[in-house]
Amino acid sequence: MAERAPPLIVGAGPAGIRAAMTLVAAGLRPIVVDEGHACGGQIYRQPLSSDGRDAEARYGSEAAKALRLHRDFAALDTLIDYRPRSLLWNLRDGAGDILRDEGSQRVRYDGLILATGATDRVLPIPGWTLPGVFTLGGAQIALKAQGCAIGRRVVFAGSGPLLYLVAWQYMRAGVEVAAVLDAAPLSAKFNLLRALPLSPGIVLRGVRMAAELKLRGTRVVFGADRLAIEGEGRVARIVYQAGGRAHAIACDGVGYGLNLRSETQAADLAGCAFHFEPRDRAHLPVRDASGRSSAAGVYLAGDGARIAGADAAERAGERAALALLEDRGLPHDSSRAAVLERELQRIDRLRDVLEAAFPYPSHWGGDIADDTLLCRCEEISAGEARRAVSDFSLTEINRLKAVTRIGMGRCQGRMCGAAAAELLAAQTRRDIGAVGRLRAQAPIKPIPLAAGLSVHERQHDPAH
Amino acid sequence: MTRRIDCDVAIIGGGLVGSSAALALRGMGFSVTLLDKGFCGAQASGVNYGGVRRQGRPPEQLPLSQRAHAIWPRLKALIGIDGEFLRSGHLKLARSAADMASLESYAADVAPFGLALELVGHNQLRDRFGVAGEVIGGSFCPGDGHANPRLVATAFAAAARRAGAEVLENTKVIGLTRNGAGFALEAEGVSVTARTVINSAGAWADSFARAFGEPVPLERTYPSMVVTEPLDPFLGVNIGIEGGGIYARQVTRGNVVVGGERALPLDDPDYSRPRSDGVLTIMQRASELFGPLRHAQAIRFWSGTEATMPDRNPVIGPSATTPGLIHAFGFSGAGFQIAPGVGEVLAELVRDGRTATPIDVFAITRFPPASQPGDASQAAMTTGSKETSP
Repeated sequence: MAERAPPLIVGAGPAGIRAAMTLVAAGLRPIVVDEGHACGGQIYRQPLSSDGRDAEARYGSEAAKALRLHRDFAALDTLIDYRPRSLLWNLRDGAGDILRDEGSQRVRYDGLILATGATDRVLPIPGWTLPGVFTLGGAQIALKAQGCAIGRRVVFAGSGPLLYLVAWQYMRAGVEVAAVLDAAPLSAKFNLLRALPLSPGIVLRGVRMAAELKLRGTRVVFGADRLAIEGEGRVARIVYQAGGRAHAIACDGVGYGLNLRSETQAADLAGCAFHFEPRDRAHLPVRDASGRSSAAGVYLAGDGARIAGADAAERAGERAALALLEDRGLPHDSSRAAVLERELQRIDRLRDVLEAAFPYPSHWGGDIADDTLLCRCEEISAGEARRAVSDFSLTEINRLKAVTRIGMGRCQGRMCGAAAAELLAAQTRRDIGAVGRLRAQAPIKPIPLAAGLSVHERQHDPAH
Repeated sequence: MTRRIDCDVAIIGGGLVGSSAALALRGMGFSVTLLDKGFCGAQASGVNYGGVRRQGRPPEQLPLSQRAHAIWPRLKALIGIDGEFLRSGHLKLARSAADMASLESYAADVAPFGLALELVGHNQLRDRFGVAGEVIGGSFCPGDGHANPRLVATAFAAAARRAGAEVLENTKVIGLTRNGAGFALEAEGVSVTARTVINSAGAWADSFARAFGEPVPLERTYPSMVVTEPLDPFLGVNIGIEGGGIYARQVTRGNVVVGGERALPLDDPDYSRPRSDGVLTIMQRASELFGPLRHAQAIRFWSGTEATMPDRNPVIGPSATTPGLIHAFGFSGAGFQIAPGVGEVLAELVRDGRTATPIDVFAITRFPPASQPGDASQAAMTTGSKETSP
């Protein structure tokens, strides 16, 4: 009997690391591909080179978790086939195409755990493409991985727990944080009281961060609306409305984002069914409590399946790996699986509360000014999108893409897709779930044409 | 609640052929209902490479192709957008002496049609067109070009709608009945009666033809395209290669579209996806042929579903079994350029029962008739899975 191919884990963040550990403990030797240069994912990202700071300075309250994950993954070194700096760009029929060092390799697998993580969700605002504007996650990575700040006097704006966390981390790093502009009204924050019994630590930590920011002179604004970033050639100020009045704050860097969005392209290419999830305002791959997707042998874990944070990702990675073991007919700890599922449910309830405390400003999608750039790769304005919607009587997001090029550029809609859907839904007065989702296409991210040269030097197939 | 529509002409399939026919028929004053099972222009018409090319076609297609040639520069007036149509010229490359001889012989064969083909040698390829790699010569057709299929097909359907055609998207025809006066079409939520039916259902057209006793050897093929990030302009012409390989064009924005190879159908053969080794092969050939592509990134692949006939010619013309039924499908991966001309021809067939453009060679009767004709009074439409060549 032919030997079964190894499982493939995509992503080496908290979900991928725990999944790998679980499979190794059961005697398997998974392949782990990761775009990062070292394990940790976005949340526990490691520096490219030492910048003299210790883990406490880099990860703050999460330093212990980060170190434990890095250490645990390092211990797997000889027990897994780890491929860092590797881009999975296509998936089909039990094989993945992986680009590494300019060459593409086809890797067969038996069992696929997708731990692909998340990126910031943004809605375009005037000036969002000015130099000096970063996403919240991008601002955090600059600090974490490179040890640099996005400006000397910085404003953070948007929504989501990351808003306060990044602002606080910048403050701790010695950067002047001029303001935190929270899109949600103060009233939304009372939802946090409901989170207290679920996770007092997280709620109190958030409240403490906001308090410390205020003590250091940071302006914290609730219900900030009509954001616009201004400047000649780079960020000079951010303007907004709050309490019925217009305000402006001088700054040279802006971190901006509205919660996170799951990276679902690999799941799409792997054939997973999707459903609309109202809480996340997103189409997400269907999965059950174990992490099993609708496609046989494909498992989903972490923020790539649904935004739930790093602690949930660790548990979901382990749980998905247990499901893979069970489906392979290997011994697996079912009582551990039950514990993990209970913990994941608890975190999900907490997540419901956090989403209510940091609601997505859904009205922004309809408010995007016509002259604001909607798709920055293809340079399509909101006005052009609106004209196409009315000229062609469009109601579906892939048709909007076909007619306007929105989502066809380098980012493949990963940055502009959510905003385009919001705009389309607002203009056609349809529910955001009803305008559809951009179907994922390979390559998941850009790949060099020269990748074709290198692969064919190695394995020329005369049949083609 | 089923909606009822009574019209002169019902068109099944809102691709470029069906949509341009709808627009032309509206221009003649006919009432038209255009039905598409998905979105108009979302299949082969919208996902092909975008070559607007006469060169390389079999001579029997050239009268129709020349008719379409006159339409392309008028798109703006016709459908409201220019469809990014560029009269860039089409350069067909030869990699061997035999291929060059084949280009020379083609040029001689089609001389009467006035394509103004110009044979060019190796040095000119580099100096005039920036082509490197292993090519020895080529044939240049200055009047050909390229356009954006995503826009053109969709805009024809939108123009037909503005002109008064009833355009029903996401409306799959599930029953087609011939009755005394004409036809009755059944689709989800709508019943249509029409004197004339045009079968322009592309890769789904064979089921309609078969249902009226006219089986056709239609095969599905799936083209495969690679798109680069925007690059500085370096490729002024639409490129093809004698004998196949790749084809390439650079759009005004700077992206280079390179096609070649074949994609593979998914489990649902209505859909397909480029093969990884196929796109890598395309990328390899493109970067060997054009220096600027060696450091470029591919940002997007695409595929689609096309209908191909064994003799590479379409089926265009009246049904041989059923009065009032007109076929137009099977463009074999080369329908984009001629489709606007086909639309006009179809409209003439409806109005006059004949057209001045020679189309006899595209008659459906060139295929063996059904030994057991289908029940032409009641056709149930099914789209089964098919074996396709890779």
